[in-house]
Amino acid sequence: MFKKILIPIDLSHADRLEKSVSAAAYLAKMDDIPVVFAAVTSAAPGALAHTPEEFRAKLDSFAATQADKHGITASGHAVFSHDPTADMEHALLTAIHESGADLVVMQTHIPNLSDHVWPSNGGRIATHADVSVFLVR
Amino acid sequence: MSDNDSSQGIPDPEGAAGIIDTNYEIGQDNIETSVGPFNLDVHNPVFLISGLTVVAFVFLTLAFQTEVGPLFDALRKWLTSGLDWFFILSANVFVIVCLVLIVTPFGNVRIGGKEADPDYSYFGWFAMLFAAGMGIGLMFFGVLEPVYHMAFSEPLGVASPFDADGNIIPENVAAAKAMGMAATIFHWGLHPWAIYAVVALALALFSFNKGLPLTMRSVFYPIFGERTWGWPGHIIDILAVFATLFGLATSLGFGAQQANAGLEFVFGIPISITAQVILIIGITAVALISVLRGLDGGVKVLSEINMLIAALLLVFVIVAGPTGTLVSSFFSNLGAYAREVIPLSMPFGREDDGFRQGWTSFYWAWWISWSPFVGMFIARVSRGRTVREFVTCVLIIPTIVSVLWMTAFGGTAIEQVLTDSGSQVREYVIASYSPELSLFGMLADLPMASITSFIAIILVIVFFVTSSDSGSLVIDTITAGGKVDAPMSQRVFWCTFEGLVAIALLIGGGLGALQAMAVSTGFPFTIVLLLACYAIFKGLWDEPR
Repeated sequence: MFKKILIPIDLSHADRLEKSVSAAAYLAKMDDIPVVFAAVTSAAPGALAHTPEEFRAKLDSFAATQADKHGITASGHAVFSHDPTADMEHALLTAIHESGADLVVMQTHIPNLSDHVWPSNGGRIATHADVSVFLVR
Repeated sequence: MSDNDSSQGIPDPEGAAGIIDTNYEIGQDNIETSVGPFNLDVHNPVFLISGLTVVAFVFLTLAFQTEVGPLFDALRKWLTSGLDWFFILSANVFVIVCLVLIVTPFGNVRIGGKEADPDYSYFGWFAMLFAAGMGIGLMFFGVLEPVYHMAFSEPLGVASPFDADGNIIPENVAAAKAMGMAATIFHWGLHPWAIYAVVALALALFSFNKGLPLTMRSVFYPIFGERTWGWPGHIIDILAVFATLFGLATSLGFGAQQANAGLEFVFGIPISITAQVILIIGITAVALISVLRGLDGGVKVLSEINMLIAALLLVFVIVAGPTGTLVSSFFSNLGAYAREVIPLSMPFGREDDGFRQGWTSFYWAWWISWSPFVGMFIARVSRGRTVREFVTCVLIIPTIVSVLWMTAFGGTAIEQVLTDSGSQVREYVIASYSPELSLFGMLADLPMASITSFIAIILVIVFFVTSSDSGSLVIDTITAGGKVDAPMSQRVFWCTFEGLVAIALLIGGGLGALQAMAVSTGFPFTIVLLLACYAIFKGLWDEPR
């Protein structure tokens, strides 16, 4: 049904992604298709990595671990943004386009008051992406 | 790299070989929490102490205005007059450091590692560093300073072209004109940009090449070692937030007063606190939209619009002003600057105390107090440039633009003053000193004055917006322990907070007092910057050249 699944992830909160990764792995195994883990960061040193190369390596290592764990084919796709906080949605749309994914499985929080001011990234991706989006609460 | 990282099988980074080996993880001292529905990710204790200190200072200033105002002002005067030699010599050191970096192999080091590509095009990059660095000052001082220095300051003892009754002394005119321009360019040329370049390069190097967090404290790693992550570092970062926030808020308050004066001059809108508060709210609201849109979608776009409007105004003044004189005087002004820059940089054996202490030393303290903000912002957008390219572009190009700007605005104003005794510039700078109207006075004697004055007001306002949004990003990064991806609500907080501080000071009084306080932070930061020069060389030594 689909050709490739993209899962946007925040590597600093990788422990909270179990549900969306399991859902994506289930779908990937059904259609025997690859999964791409997309992460957005800045080129400036951050909590996770000092350099873009280090970040890429960390993301690839995360993808490899998940591939082993769930028995799927997975890779990492890092997007570097000048201002990740403000450009998250744009960077993820770029990642969807670059990776050729046709389904996005994305973890999102239960809507609260702040969503009236700043809609969640998941909500915005679902609004703007031209591929199918599966939001996992 | 930390043991923790290597245990996860992370390979060493390519390209940047100079990574500093520290166990400190960026964000390890941060507190992640939420206030209501809004998330926070802030450094403990920098965020809290900076915020509370700012609030405390605002309250103290409002409560004890009559006592605090003269105290801060006296402190500022004592520093810029008593320690003028220290500021002037230090600024010379920064220029020399920059020139050394350009001509030595250190210039080959690339910010962000050998393989790094520049993040921004030259135009976008230059627009951002210029708009953050001095845009607004050029609007305010572009007319005022050349005329003032020619007529009153007598830098290096060059006599005024006016006698006591305001009549022109023809034999003094040529020398006074040349010195007026040279002295102005001196304050807006190599020295201020060298100050910014040193801070920006130090930050960029220790962050993008060494892997340390993008905050002021990181520059001091070669000096303090692991203690950088403790109180010595906290104090440096808190001081940086303090200088940036008060610098921005007081400028915003004064800017609103200037814009109001301009609006009264052009449209007859009366000067009132209400009008000024509306201006601050307006500027803060646009800045807020800009920070929400981020670095590329907000700050960069506004800076570029800013540069284009400024360029249009510059071209207009050149065409509508004495074009022939301006074109030829660009080179003669550049020559005058080259001739006088060394004598003007010497702090000893001079009689021109009013100029040297009241202007030069004050300017150096002012630039230095702004340097954590401008430097951090320049650092953030400069990844991918080589040190030589970086220093050349931050030092030489803005200097040439300043010469061009001062030649056009100051040169036109000087011609107006010398050829027309009834000119408005003469009225606002010489007869009745109203500095905020000097630019509008000059434009009023050129064609299409109402249109150009309106454009000038818009430009003043947009320049404030670009300072406010980039400043909010910088403060947010420092108070988030160097994280550039902290939650959006934090930068909204700082941007709003800055507007509120400006409004409180405008209504309650104390703008001047706290600006004097902000300028006074120039003194500790001069010491910080001198140490940063050492850190730059030490840091560059380990980099692949």
